[in-house]
Amino acid sequence: MADDWENGGFGLYLHWPFCQAKCPYCDFNSHVARSIDQNAWLQAYLAQLQAYATLTPGRVLHSVFFGGGTPSLMNPDIVHAIIAEIRRLWPVANDLEITLEANPSSVEAGRFAGYADAGVNRISMGIQALNDADLHRLGRIHTAAEAMQAFDIARNQFSRVSFDLIYARQNQTLADWQAELAKALDLAVDHLSLYQLTIEDGTAFGERYARGKLHGLPPDDLAADMYQATQDLCGAAGLLGYEVSNHARPGAESRHNRVYWRYGDYIGIGPGAHGRLTLGGQRYATVHWSAPGKWLTAAQTNATEQHRDAIARADQADEFLMMGLRLAEGISPARYAHLAGRPLPEKNLRYLSDIGMVETSHDNIRVTDAGRMVLNGVLKELITG
Amino acid sequence: MTDLAHIRNFSIVAHIDHGKSTLADRLIQSTNTVAERDMKAQLLDSMDIERERGITIKANTVRIDYLADNGETYVLNLIDTPGHVDFAYEVSRSMRAVEGSLLVVDSTQGVEAQTLANVYQAIDANHEIVPVLNKIDLPAADCARVAEQIEDVIGIDASDAIHVSAKTGIGIKETLEAIVHRLPAPTGDENAPLTAMLVDSWYDSYLGVVVLVRIMNGRLKKGDQIKMMQTGARYGVDRIGVFRPSMQTVESLGPGEIGFITASIKQVRDTRVGDTITHEKKGIDTPLPGFKPAQPVVFCGLFPVDSAEFEDLRDAIEKLALNDASFSFEMETSAALGFGFRCGFLGLLHLEVIRDRIEREYDIDLITTAPSVVYHVYMKDGSMIELHNPADMPDLTYVDHLEEPRIKATIMVPDEFLGDILKLCQDRRGIQMDLTYAGARAMVVYDLPLNEVVFDFYDRLKSVTKGYASFDYQLTGYRQDTLVKMQILVNEEPVDALSTMVHRDRAEMRGRAMVEKLKDLIPRHMFKIPIQAAIGGKVIARETLAALRKDVTAKCYGGDVTRKKKLLEKQKAGKKKMRQFGKVDIPQEAFINALKMDN
Repeated sequence: MADDWENGGFGLYLHWPFCQAKCPYCDFNSHVARSIDQNAWLQAYLAQLQAYATLTPGRVLHSVFFGGGTPSLMNPDIVHAIIAEIRRLWPVANDLEITLEANPSSVEAGRFAGYADAGVNRISMGIQALNDADLHRLGRIHTAAEAMQAFDIARNQFSRVSFDLIYARQNQTLADWQAELAKALDLAVDHLSLYQLTIEDGTAFGERYARGKLHGLPPDDLAADMYQATQDLCGAAGLLGYEVSNHARPGAESRHNRVYWRYGDYIGIGPGAHGRLTLGGQRYATVHWSAPGKWLTAAQTNATEQHRDAIARADQADEFLMMGLRLAEGISPARYAHLAGRPLPEKNLRYLSDIGMVETSHDNIRVTDAGRMVLNGVLKELITG
Repeated sequence: MTDLAHIRNFSIVAHIDHGKSTLADRLIQSTNTVAERDMKAQLLDSMDIERERGITIKANTVRIDYLADNGETYVLNLIDTPGHVDFAYEVSRSMRAVEGSLLVVDSTQGVEAQTLANVYQAIDANHEIVPVLNKIDLPAADCARVAEQIEDVIGIDASDAIHVSAKTGIGIKETLEAIVHRLPAPTGDENAPLTAMLVDSWYDSYLGVVVLVRIMNGRLKKGDQIKMMQTGARYGVDRIGVFRPSMQTVESLGPGEIGFITASIKQVRDTRVGDTITHEKKGIDTPLPGFKPAQPVVFCGLFPVDSAEFEDLRDAIEKLALNDASFSFEMETSAALGFGFRCGFLGLLHLEVIRDRIEREYDIDLITTAPSVVYHVYMKDGSMIELHNPADMPDLTYVDHLEEPRIKATIMVPDEFLGDILKLCQDRRGIQMDLTYAGARAMVVYDLPLNEVVFDFYDRLKSVTKGYASFDYQLTGYRQDTLVKMQILVNEEPVDALSTMVHRDRAEMRGRAMVEKLKDLIPRHMFKIPIQAAIGGKVIARETLAALRKDVTAKCYGGDVTRKKKLLEKQKAGKKKMRQFGKVDIPQEAFINALKMDN
């Protein structure tokens, strides 16, 4: 029997841990460094690629994602060398998606042509807001005008361009957000990631929030209205909400992220990168050392993994649910039952269905639009943990 | 073995926080009864809850040897008693075992309601009373005023009150001398047949049941065959001892002495407080006048949050009951809460203490249902039912009328808060019986329904008077009134654990307050939830808890799933602390908090 991951595909995530500045809302593993020996990093990534390739011989790769941090700080040369090595090590799908996250500054836009030459075919831009005051408040170092220029350059270089916006920002009104989103949709993008501002522990915002110093965040009801408005506006513009925070024209969905949400296998390389890898029929969770210096040194001896833990079947089933129910397409109950060793709890499922949070058929379970807004509540009814 | 002339038995009467336990500590310390290194604050209060709350729950006993100024050594037996009204019964029986009392009054505060209640018990027991003015080291101390107040309010001579600071040690020597010279020695005849009062008993995990006795006549020795006169049970005495305050065995106890015995008694319930102990052979025929047993006045249901812990709860309750005969329990089944126990308590503090002990010592999370007093339900056929649980209220077509317990409440309060107190008592259906002044303090006496007091009256009293009022009460009897059962419906389903008996005229107000409270206490769900209060089939108050609108994690990619799963699991564990009623999760604390009136 085929391994479960094959239902979700196979991807590769590569983490570049450096940023020019740390944003106050960001809880990703990112660091500001004065000088970076890009060649040393290249050698480390290449060694890692080879190490994982020997574990996964012959697997067809569907996507590669350069995330961070700010991978648009990487020299196009090393991106080129990494992609070339990936193509050498694995058979790749005909429509292999290679995405790179980019900051929309003019300096970085100057490197876009180089990334395109290297083989990057999709760019994901962290625009975050369309006015300078809010960009400043979010700690972004680009301006709205710069972002628009960078976006134009990207569209000329790449067939697929997506960008991120953050909403439910401090002092933002519903009308503000609707106007801003309409402007974004006017740019004729085919993919948008629209995130509600989330205050995370261990960030500058988190610390300010804990001290009661982060003012003007929208109350729950307003945040809910903003979420609803986001679904409505995007839907009207033909960008369907295929995941909680992601909207695309049909066919323009992020294939890489869909590997996560469809609970496929993915290799995670780089400081703090996570992976899910099925080896010899057992799915493992891998986590790399998160400190860049430590990781770089460990890479010399192929000891980058801080953990590689076998995931119990029940936990795999929970992860599958958590990821899969984020997607509008839903999940296969048979696949869940196969992972969990038992079907989803009938009573809870019926209850969720009765109150209009999920829709079920014999081969599909999906959350409704209403259910997606309270997905954590839905998941609490269904996970075993 | 001490002759009667060199024994003094006494208790200390005080309001909470007036320094009773500190004074006891100081008496023990200054006589070197306890080695310095073993000394700790509130030495006689051994339970965690006693230390934390700064209260005494169980009476404790200590024997002190004191070398007086006259060169003679005296044995002083102190029985330390609880101050709280719930444990008044414990006080009254302890008083019967001693001949005198120290009346401790905080010289910065004056006489309080509990001082009064307890000192009257001491007077009833014919005690010689020595007034002690404590905390004289504080700048606010006003000994002259407080002495005058003692004379005015209590009516005893306070001209030679001892001035003490238990904290700094001032006046401790004088107090010890006063115990020797101003309190009477006990009387008794060593050659008469054995007559001993069973003052208290408790369960010790090493020794089994330990019985505290006061010898009136005769001598009790190890190996004696004894008889409990009320129960008729016979035992051989295994061990005899005294408290210093740790247990120390002695060969025998004679007249006037206070100590303990163990006799292979299995359960505290096998002993009856107030019983008379005599020798099996050549004993006495007429027992000492007994005590009235303590009656539980407040009932509530205790259910495990996790229904799988029912057997653990049974075990915990049975163990606690071994040591507390005033606490009653029987199994109860609730449609929503499953299996639990209907428990009876002496008062709300007693309830809280038992509940805390179960949660802490036995690690069981509890749902406590609405406390209720005992109503008398008179049926049309002339019979009477004692109603301990509103859920058991019979069909009204068969009910003739209801009666509820009333109390006489004594409240001492500084003048400036008097208005608030009168309003509080009136709001609680009180009838004013008396209002007098002692200096700048008023003493008000109200006739109140117990059900209005049992729940949060004391908390409200403290908050409206910034803690300056004191309160005590005694049950006076039953009276007919218009009482109805009020149900709470959550999502259209009645929640029996939230049913209460209320006065008809106050039902709308209580109902409104409860549904508003519940709206805040119940977390939002994925659907909207009507919360209603109803009498019979008629809804008298309604609130709607809006549906949870948004609870979704904005970002979840490959790196996040582990952490996000942990978060969900943590939240899900929190959900287990709630109970499901239909489709609604109600947090455990909601059952009690819904009843608290903030106005």
